[in-house]
Amino acid sequence: MTTKNLPEDPIVRELVIQARRAQMTRRALLGGAIGGASALALAACAPAGDGTLTAPEDMSATDKTVNWANWPLYLDEDDAGNHPTLDAFAASTGIAAKYIVDVDDNNSYFAKVKDQLALGQDVGADTVCLTEWMVSRWIRRGWTQKFNLDNMPNHANVVDTLLNPDFDLGRQSSLPWQGGFAGFVYNTDLVKTPVLTLDDLWREDLKGRVVVLSEMRDTLGVIMLGQGVDITKFTADEFYAALDTLTAKVSEGQIRNVKGNSYSEDLVNEDALAGIVWSGDITVLNGEAGYEKWKFVLPESGGTFWNDTFIIPIGSPRKTNAETLINWYYDPAIAAQVAAWVNYVTPVKGAFEEAVKIDPALAENQWIFPNADTLSQVHIFRSLSDAEESEFQAAFQGVVLG
Amino acid sequence: MAIGAFSHGPTGTVVSAESQKKSRVAWFLLLPGIVYLLLFFLTPLFSLVLTSFKTAPPAAFIGEYVYAFRWENYVEVLGMYGEHSLRSFTYAAIATLIALAIGYPLAYFIGVRLRPYPLLQSLALVLVIAPFFISFLLRTVAWKQLLADQGWIVGTMKAFAILPPDAHITGTSISVIFGLAYNFIPFMTLPLYTSIERLDLRLIEASNDLYANPMTTFRKVTIPLTLPGIVSGTLLTFIPAAGDYVNASANFLGSTQTSMIGNVIESNFLVLQNYPHAASMSLILMGAILVLVSAYVFKSGTDDLL
Repeated sequence: MTTKNLPEDPIVRELVIQARRAQMTRRALLGGAIGGASALALAACAPAGDGTLTAPEDMSATDKTVNWANWPLYLDEDDAGNHPTLDAFAASTGIAAKYIVDVDDNNSYFAKVKDQLALGQDVGADTVCLTEWMVSRWIRRGWTQKFNLDNMPNHANVVDTLLNPDFDLGRQSSLPWQGGFAGFVYNTDLVKTPVLTLDDLWREDLKGRVVVLSEMRDTLGVIMLGQGVDITKFTADEFYAALDTLTAKVSEGQIRNVKGNSYSEDLVNEDALAGIVWSGDITVLNGEAGYEKWKFVLPESGGTFWNDTFIIPIGSPRKTNAETLINWYYDPAIAAQVAAWVNYVTPVKGAFEEAVKIDPALAENQWIFPNADTLSQVHIFRSLSDAEESEFQAAFQGVVLG
Repeated sequence: MAIGAFSHGPTGTVVSAESQKKSRVAWFLLLPGIVYLLLFFLTPLFSLVLTSFKTAPPAAFIGEYVYAFRWENYVEVLGMYGEHSLRSFTYAAIATLIALAIGYPLAYFIGVRLRPYPLLQSLALVLVIAPFFISFLLRTVAWKQLLADQGWIVGTMKAFAILPPDAHITGTSISVIFGLAYNFIPFMTLPLYTSIERLDLRLIEASNDLYANPMTTFRKVTIPLTLPGIVSGTLLTFIPAAGDYVNASANFLGSTQTSMIGNVIESNFLVLQNYPHAASMSLILMGAILVLVSAYVFKSGTDDLL
């Protein structure tokens, strides 16, 4: 049995490896399996010791595979379901990459893997892309592996604005995959006066036709910015002032709904005519409509900027392979190829120049290749401590649940 | 009663070797069911009960809890989500009544009027089950589109002044109750049909011969004879409807104003990762349904069900 044929589940995989190491007699196999199961069971029960987790030995030299967990529709894909840039990676490096669409929501993915991470076990992904607020939580807990930058010469290509987030100065353990903006949208067929400010969103002609995101950081980030608050260092009082506005607008019926990705259905069936939404989705919706039916604008007071970011989970035994993969996607030509397909903001320097060669019109799109002026209008929601996160989320969910 | 059927017989009787063997076979046959229940019902239930009493240790990470017999979790969730609980049971009760009002005549028509035409009867039953051929989620999303502000249903209702010009249906209690009733009508109709299909029409004739008018006949003869079907149908509708979280979800027919217990549990489990609150809310839902259903079954006095 080759490495490739091993089962995907890390626990089963470990059992198979242990069994294989033993003599392949029936008795030895059984003993190995029981021993392995007991070892795993004990490991699962073992206390975390001093709380510092250590990464397993890197098997990348002998195990030429890498598992990448990511969100749906987030990598270039052809009609046959192949990923051209990933196939090119395998051909160029000899590392067989497995792309797993395993992340549908930051919180539910976290809930799924956190117990294994807390024990330093392999979660079945050698790298995963999660939104930065979640990435900061993983780094804070020591659940990621620090990069070996010798394996990542393209690390230098990360755009300067994203190089020093408060949770990972110098990007020692994380690198952005794709980003996007949260701002306003309005239906250009039915809303004749542009929606540019928070007050515009509360206009009488939009009563009951406004949808906002159930992602706390984006909705309250945009509202706080509208209230003149700096979201990179806001206080609890400023947060609650924005929440009060949201609560009032929901109970007055100005805001019809607070929801996740499915807000695009409300825009399409025109239950919602305006709202606080994500830029990438609007590019896709307009592409389907064939014209700019929905206008995405950054509020005059500014929009939010989020990033989904690569990290290497603590239990991954294929760290070098994961670094090689991340490095591959920090090649400007590859990054431009991905950006042309996924319609989100690429964090790679030089990708714009490469995109001009592929599709000049695409390179003009500010929501994919923002210029310095656009970037100056967006802000990143500051990191929250666990205590703040629990408190603010509970308050926000209070509004979402009514 | 069911377990009693496998007992060794009344005390004092001579138990033959053959009956002992039969009894062992019966227990053996029950084994997969018992193991299944232990593994997939009792174990998770036990874990849920334990989780409901947990608490977050000082300076805990999000989602980190330790066992502490913290019964205050129950008091807290009742205080925070009492309104959602009441809303859930109200929505479920109204949806059940609507499903009964639609399902009973439908089942009566299929079970009695179509009795002489077995082919048509089978066809009608297939039509009742037909919605199950399409995913529950897809059907609900389809209704979300049909009931949209710019859709033809709302447009027509506004044109005939049934709805005020600025009114909408999606995201309101009406759309959620409608969705619940719509999705659970087959669960109501099928048990009703099995009861009504066995209805002895000669008893109805006898009632008429004894000068009972159709209303009295329906009240005194038809309903009592089909009561097991009514009770099963209402239970099969009410129980899942009370715990449903799809129809009331903001992503489907609901909004922030229509959240039910299911949505509260989902939010606490997946978004807030407040597992003790989610677990205690789940147990409260189970307990409330158990009490309501027991009272209902006891009151309706249908031994056939138990």
